[in-house]
Amino acid sequence: MCRYICIFIYCLYLLLPGKAVAQLTAKDTLRIVQVNARRIPDNINPITPVQTLSGRRLETLNSLSVADAVRYFSGVQLKDYGGIGGLKTINVRSMGSQHTAVFYDGLMISNAQNGQVDLSKFTLDNIDAISLYNGQSNNIFQTARAFSAGNVLYLTSKTPQFSGNETWHGKASIKTGSSGLINPSLLWQQKLSDRISSTVSAEWVNANGRYKYRMKDLEYDSTAFRQNGNINAYRLEAGLNGTLRDSSTWNLKYYYYNSSRGLPGAVVANKYKYGQHLNDQDMFAQASWKKEVPGRFGLMANVKYSNFFNVYIDPEYLNEARYLDNYYRQQEIYASVAGKYNLTSYWGAALATDMIINTMGSNIRRFAEPTRYTELVSLASRLHFKQLEVQGNILATIVDESVKAYNGAGSKREYTPAVSAAWQPIPGKNLWLRAFYKNIFRMPTFNDLYYTYIGNNNLRPEFVKQYDAGFTYTTALRGKWQYISIQADGYYNNVRDKIVAQPAENLFGWMMMNIGKVVIKGAEVNVNTAFMPLHNMTLNMSLSYTYQDARDMTTGKGGYNYGEQIPYTPWHSGALTAGLDWRAFTFNYSFLYTGERYFQKRNTPDNYMPSWYTSDISASWTIRRVKFSAELNNMLDQQFDVVRNFPMPGRNYRITMNIHY
Amino acid sequence: MKHLFTFLSVIILFASCRKDVDAPSGSKEVPKASVGFYLLNEGNMNMNKASLDYYDLVNGKLTSNIYQKQNPTVVKGLGDVGNDLKIYGGKLYAVINNSNKVEVMDAVTAVRIKQIDVTQCRYLAFYKENVYITSNAGYVVVADTATLTEKAHITTGRNPEQMAIVGNKLYVANSGGYDPDNYERTVSVINLDTRQELKRIDVAVNLHRIVADQYGDLYVTSRGDYNTIPSRLYVIDTKTDQVKKEFPVGASNLAIHNDLAYIYSVSWSNITNSNTITYATIDVKNETLLNTKFISDADAAKIVLPYGIAVNPDTEDVYVTDALDYISPGILYCFDKTGKKKWQVETGDIPAHFAFMK
Repeated sequence: MCRYICIFIYCLYLLLPGKAVAQLTAKDTLRIVQVNARRIPDNINPITPVQTLSGRRLETLNSLSVADAVRYFSGVQLKDYGGIGGLKTINVRSMGSQHTAVFYDGLMISNAQNGQVDLSKFTLDNIDAISLYNGQSNNIFQTARAFSAGNVLYLTSKTPQFSGNETWHGKASIKTGSSGLINPSLLWQQKLSDRISSTVSAEWVNANGRYKYRMKDLEYDSTAFRQNGNINAYRLEAGLNGTLRDSSTWNLKYYYYNSSRGLPGAVVANKYKYGQHLNDQDMFAQASWKKEVPGRFGLMANVKYSNFFNVYIDPEYLNEARYLDNYYRQQEIYASVAGKYNLTSYWGAALATDMIINTMGSNIRRFAEPTRYTELVSLASRLHFKQLEVQGNILATIVDESVKAYNGAGSKREYTPAVSAAWQPIPGKNLWLRAFYKNIFRMPTFNDLYYTYIGNNNLRPEFVKQYDAGFTYTTALRGKWQYISIQADGYYNNVRDKIVAQPAENLFGWMMMNIGKVVIKGAEVNVNTAFMPLHNMTLNMSLSYTYQDARDMTTGKGGYNYGEQIPYTPWHSGALTAGLDWRAFTFNYSFLYTGERYFQKRNTPDNYMPSWYTSDISASWTIRRVKFSAELNNMLDQQFDVVRNFPMPGRNYRITMNIHY
Repeated sequence: MKHLFTFLSVIILFASCRKDVDAPSGSKEVPKASVGFYLLNEGNMNMNKASLDYYDLVNGKLTSNIYQKQNPTVVKGLGDVGNDLKIYGGKLYAVINNSNKVEVMDAVTAVRIKQIDVTQCRYLAFYKENVYITSNAGYVVVADTATLTEKAHITTGRNPEQMAIVGNKLYVANSGGYDPDNYERTVSVINLDTRQELKRIDVAVNLHRIVADQYGDLYVTSRGDYNTIPSRLYVIDTKTDQVKKEFPVGASNLAIHNDLAYIYSVSWSNITNSNTITYATIDVKNETLLNTKFISDADAAKIVLPYGIAVNPDTEDVYVTDALDYISPGILYCFDKTGKKKWQVETGDIPAHFAFMK
């Protein structure tokens, strides 16, 4: 019952600004568009469902890392183990976290070991924009890899921009807060010549990770401190951006991240402290070159090398040495060439070829030491008219694998299509109707294939078919309301051959098998608007709401929970943010809601997790070149777990000071 | 202002919507001292879902989550990963492996008396006024059954598992399971009066179960190395403390009642990529493998992953549990002496260990 009241209120809230639109847009729309055009955010794209957080809006959100920020997107569940150092991965539209590719400055951060990227490693300090595309980006001129995932999360770092006689920009920032957080960072952008500029960004994050949490049931109520959640991490990035005489652009980038963190473990009866540790050293270096002649052709080339070294240490392991020390080293060599050609003024085509070599080594017992060779070829085409846009592409994936020991997985060849169309029914009215279909898969990861005592090298790719239909509507308004934009989508996803762990003969030997089937029906709504009560005061508001019905449709083997909502998937979730700019001050309020859900496959009271919602506030004050900001998160001190038995922090704060030149 | 109001109303509504964790399903009924048994469900690791069911044999009714109902004030409840369950001297002992504790309850009401802290505890055995608890850390904890306090440690091999008592000797199966390159292969023999380890009997790698029959023999299972060495069943003669027989069958778990040992085996096949499950019966008096089946083939085919086995000492019915995929509620099956299925019932997650109320 309660749930329905909540939806009702949500709907009501959706209608409020909508009503205002109806009254106001009937009048002189054209003129207002011109006046307010700069205020309309660029985060609405009519062609494909995309959500973007960037610039000022990203700065004012109460977020430390990219992980915190993506919670405001619709369709997203963030799997968060809690605390500053807790693993945080993104799951979009319930397809599973391996179906979202994460791109950093144009190239994918891949993890062949487990197919997931820990978003807590990316603090927002050097991030300029975060965009989440369902399906794929609407730009056909991309690497083949950009077409190869169910969803794509693009992270874009800050690139230097100099005006006039400026030769450098610098930013120094220090952040501190709950759990012993100390986070100083430095950004330096230098103009080296008319055609070349450099960026250096460095950061250190240290926290003891302690926070109070509460364990509460009908008849007990106990508090404790989270232990072994300490983190010490630093990040160094350096880049060169340049333009050649033929106006083609190039950039080089080096990234290094080193962290050492405690793994606080599951809070279970009588056990609140763990000693496990994880050390990560992630590096990559990439180079890109791009030439584009607008309206005619484009050409680009990218290369990347990455090396991830992770060490898991368990000093509580009850072997002879009383110590477990496992390392995993992943390396990737990546090269991509892509070209675009405009056949006519309305018809373009693009071809991209990527070559990828992944290797993994480890000191774990009987590890196969696999090497994977992947070749991706994408052919994409775009028809573009004033009121109609049609895109389609086909992706060929060729994977071969070799192993140093035991048996490798066989070769795989897959051809997967995607098509999308958008139509503007009324000329001049910014209403677009759109739909897309995409058939895509994820490869079994090295963990799926080779990890533990018994690997399953017979695994097949896990496929997802996505169907999406929706609309976007954006309009400038007159008077105090600046604009309103609405994006709404309904979708149907069908996951087949889902890779699911099944017990083998003992608890150590879980076996991965292609037995799962999930059907997801969902709807998402995003509304953005701005209100200007005074000439120097702006209130930006946004709302996102997600409904998901994600059912386990597995039959036969593993089909013990047919028709049940899959674990950790709420039926309802949403976010609401309101940011007020007034003179040198900003104020922000954000509200996140995750509805009731179950943490295991069977939807019984034993597996029930209640809904949670947090309210965060922040304020900032800029004086000359100095900005002070303060955040209070989870201000109502709600106790909740995102992942069962991994309690999240209660009320916590952060204070930041930065100087910007 | 209107919007601020809307924000607030949304928040307040959500606030009022938040439900506390539901009360456990079923009634608040106290298990009677009827004929029946407790069933310990292990629960998957880190889920903190170990649970206690009670099956009332008179009314044929399973009551779930007994521990939680009877002990609602215990923070985080029974705990993480149940591993053994026994009744001794009117008390019910439940080993909760990953919670590093043995919960001691009143056997009739399941009301908690005390917990005994033991690191990575595994199995229970009883002798006179003592309870013996194996710890994966390489020892047996001796605790007093009246005061429920620890009084001694007896060192064993690495990662000791199940225990059996014959006369005044405690036999402990050592696994060394945490060192796959160097498994233990012995049974430790301990004099219970002096608490001294007398010797170690060499059997096979990675030992797990050890069950005594009424003829002074011990049936010991080896898990094998999950690679080239298969699981096997061995017999130790406690008069000579030597292995006297190896049965050419795999054995994951067994229960012995009178002259019969009921055995199941789960072994992984890399060829079919599935588990091979076999059931066997042994005449422990003559030490021969019998051709009789304690489960009909049709029923055996339905069991996905047998995980627990027990024989009702009065009716001689055989109970077998199915853990399915470890993360769904399991199934408890009851078979009569002839192997015919009598009933089945859904249990907690990973049903595994039995303790009978007399």
